[in-house]
Amino acid sequence: MSGDTTSERSGWRSAAEPSVERVRSGARPGDVSGLVEYTLRLGDDALILSQRLGEWITRAPQLEEDVALANIALDLLGQARSLLTYAGEAEGAGRDEDALAYWRDERDFRNVLLVERPNGDFAETMARQLWFTSYQYELYDRLRASADPTLAAVAAKAVKEVAYHRDHAAQWVLRLGDGTDESRRRMQGGLAAVAPYVDELFDPDGVTGGLGAVAVDPAALREPSERHVDGVLDRAGLERPPEPAHVARGGRRGLHTEVMGYLLAEMQHLHRSHEGASW
Amino acid sequence: MSDEWPLWEVFVRARRGLSHVHVGSLHAPDAVMAVRNARDVYTRRGEGVSIWVVPSAAVTASSPDEKDAFFDPAADKVYRHPTFYEVPAEAKHL
Repeated sequence: MSGDTTSERSGWRSAAEPSVERVRSGARPGDVSGLVEYTLRLGDDALILSQRLGEWITRAPQLEEDVALANIALDLLGQARSLLTYAGEAEGAGRDEDALAYWRDERDFRNVLLVERPNGDFAETMARQLWFTSYQYELYDRLRASADPTLAAVAAKAVKEVAYHRDHAAQWVLRLGDGTDESRRRMQGGLAAVAPYVDELFDPDGVTGGLGAVAVDPAALREPSERHVDGVLDRAGLERPPEPAHVARGGRRGLHTEVMGYLLAEMQHLHRSHEGASW
Repeated sequence: MSDEWPLWEVFVRARRGLSHVHVGSLHAPDAVMAVRNARDVYTRRGEGVSIWVVPSAAVTASSPDEKDAFFDPAADKVYRHPTFYEVPAEAKHL
């Protein structure tokens, strides 16, 4: 994968060594699969959302917004590279970031359904951004204190990036909510469209529970994330959409929605046709 | 929409710079978003530590037509440059 983060990653690699050694030595059996699974979740969320946001390039309302969304996508790609690289190292089966990004099939991806959602209109993308960045900010903020030094290092760098992503989303939600009748209608519609996909972000399970101080309990992120989202909606004069009639989940177990296959086809076909292609 | 966003002039102070320097212009719906757009467009490679934005409409500029009257008279006044003084040997780092 190409991105802006190659130079930074070397620092994280050195921080990773003690942790990988500990896991590989079998000091705590069972940790490896849990750590790999958890790291894949974090990495896949970033990778898939990066791919989605990249679709806005040349289609945003203004050239400046093209650049803003591309910057956010690149930040996420950088996070994904570090996390997938680390997942591959922890797994110990010789898979690198490219193998994990480009040679896994749909059932092996562990991202939440929210990030694979189609972009919709700009307001719907901002609704998705508001929820995901609120969640991801609280997550990384706590993951800085992870018992795993590599995850802690990735989070410490990424939390600053996500603070900006979260602000970017909030600024747009404020303007669309407090703008014209049309922008308000679309923003309200975007919030309703993503509502069924929010709960999955905060689902705890055996993986997060079994990792102890290495992972962050997703359930603990719900209250602060909702508080931030509600604060933005209040200032924007927007209403929290009614409880959705159904709640969609399954991404963490590899059960994705129909759109995921198309996203992966576009993301993976070049590497699968010309393995290792770079420019 | 694209026609309605006003233009902003962007000034960035570099990490080791003393003053903000004009780096270009961009579109944004308001000043707060202009600072953010400037961050994304002009400081992607670590160029800056501070950003100013100014509505382009607020800039009053000299006219190209006035160039001769404005600037040519200064061209032959070499005595305005402080080059006619002996620098004392004790004064270093001038």
